[in-house]
Amino acid sequence: MNTQKINSESKPPPIGGVGEGLVIIDYGAGNVKSVQFALERLGYSAICSNNAEVIKSADKVIFPGVGEAKSAMEEIKRFGLGKVIPNLKQPVLGICLGMQLMCRFSEENKTDCLNIFPVDVLKFDTQLKVPQIGWNVINHLKGDLFKNILADSYVYYVHSYYVPKNEFSIALTDYGVQYAGAIQKNNFYACQFHPEKSSEVGEQILKNFIEL
Amino acid sequence: MLTKRIIPCLDIKNGRTVKGVNFVGLRDAGDPVELASRYSKEGSDELVFLDITATKERRKTLLDMVEKVARKVNIPFTVGGGISSIKDVNMLLRAGADKVSINSSAVKNPQLINDLANKFGSQCIVLAVDAKLIDGEWKVFLVGGSVETELNLFDWVKEGVKRGAGEILFTSMNNDGTKDGFANDALKKLSETVNVPIIASGGAGTIQHFVDTFKEGKSDAALAASVFHFKEIEIVDLKNELNNQGIKVRL
Repeated sequence: MNTQKINSESKPPPIGGVGEGLVIIDYGAGNVKSVQFALERLGYSAICSNNAEVIKSADKVIFPGVGEAKSAMEEIKRFGLGKVIPNLKQPVLGICLGMQLMCRFSEENKTDCLNIFPVDVLKFDTQLKVPQIGWNVINHLKGDLFKNILADSYVYYVHSYYVPKNEFSIALTDYGVQYAGAIQKNNFYACQFHPEKSSEVGEQILKNFIEL
Repeated sequence: MLTKRIIPCLDIKNGRTVKGVNFVGLRDAGDPVELASRYSKEGSDELVFLDITATKERRKTLLDMVEKVARKVNIPFTVGGGISSIKDVNMLLRAGADKVSINSSAVKNPQLINDLANKFGSQCIVLAVDAKLIDGEWKVFLVGGSVETELNLFDWVKEGVKRGAGEILFTSMNNDGTKDGFANDALKKLSETVNVPIIASGGAGTIQHFVDTFKEGKSDAALAASVFHFKEIEIVDLKNELNNQGIKVRL
């Protein structure tokens, strides 16, 4: 792992070259800095980039996102990443909207997404308040992403749309409905909650991803 | 199950916390980063920073602070005060804020709520409302409670949510500073009026007040400043007692 400190404000590094360690996909969707800072607290440097070559050459890729699905997908396409992301071979971690965009389709403004996971993203249809904002528990945890994480640990959620429980689920959460808190397929990992804002539990999950 | 949230609020002026903070063990009680870090370690679920700076350098100072907090703190935080454009919000979110709260600027230009929600998603747009009960009606006030409007609290909140606000931060001016408890009747009515989370603000004095606002006021989160700043209530004690009284919190 490349742990060299790199200036986050710098322009994307030159195309090609050796693996760039951790790369956070920066397509203008909000919280890249939060993710970058969380990694720094763990002692890892990461660069933010929307450059396809930089992303492809990374050891690991984080795909964050907050905001609205349709405009986020448009940005991804604008940066030429619509075909790049689904074909990545290294471990990829989608976060929140990033996870939803890795699915087939989102009910949010009827958006066709990247179709890495052949499941659809639905709007919460519940008596409970929407968006779900706050700390909720994850359980039915599977795999290395949740190494050293206890069932019913608290993580921070803020979302109005969700991925239903499916064959790729590696964590479940209840909010009126039992849904996928996290999913995994091959090298693609994704969580609906924000590990970068989920205190020590979130830090452990990020650490687990880096150590995959 | 989703838990109820405890949210300390820090008033910020020129990048420093104001309104008095009496924290033993902090090297510098005016440093919002140090205070935020302390609160997050003590079990706060979120933080709110309200910027009351009036100088021209305001934006830069605030962005510096937001970035420093984001570097240090591993829980979510909201920033409010003087936000009136997409550009303002974009810069704050890019600096590491998780949510923004808008207040007077939304009343003056309600379309701002739609624009921000469309651009950034409802989940990061908190509509803050200060209101006062006058002759049996809750009236919305602006500019930190100094300007009365004709708006009815419930009508305004309903409109705000329709326009895209994802959360309501309601401060009762009747209760604020009294330490007599939150405005639970109004809070309960807000929860019945709109289907987004409601943050109770104004009136916290004892642990029982928090219990009451979650039980009677149906609040989703409770915000307070001085009881935490002056250590009248320890967050860990508060959360333990909430738990003992059957209110689900993150421990």
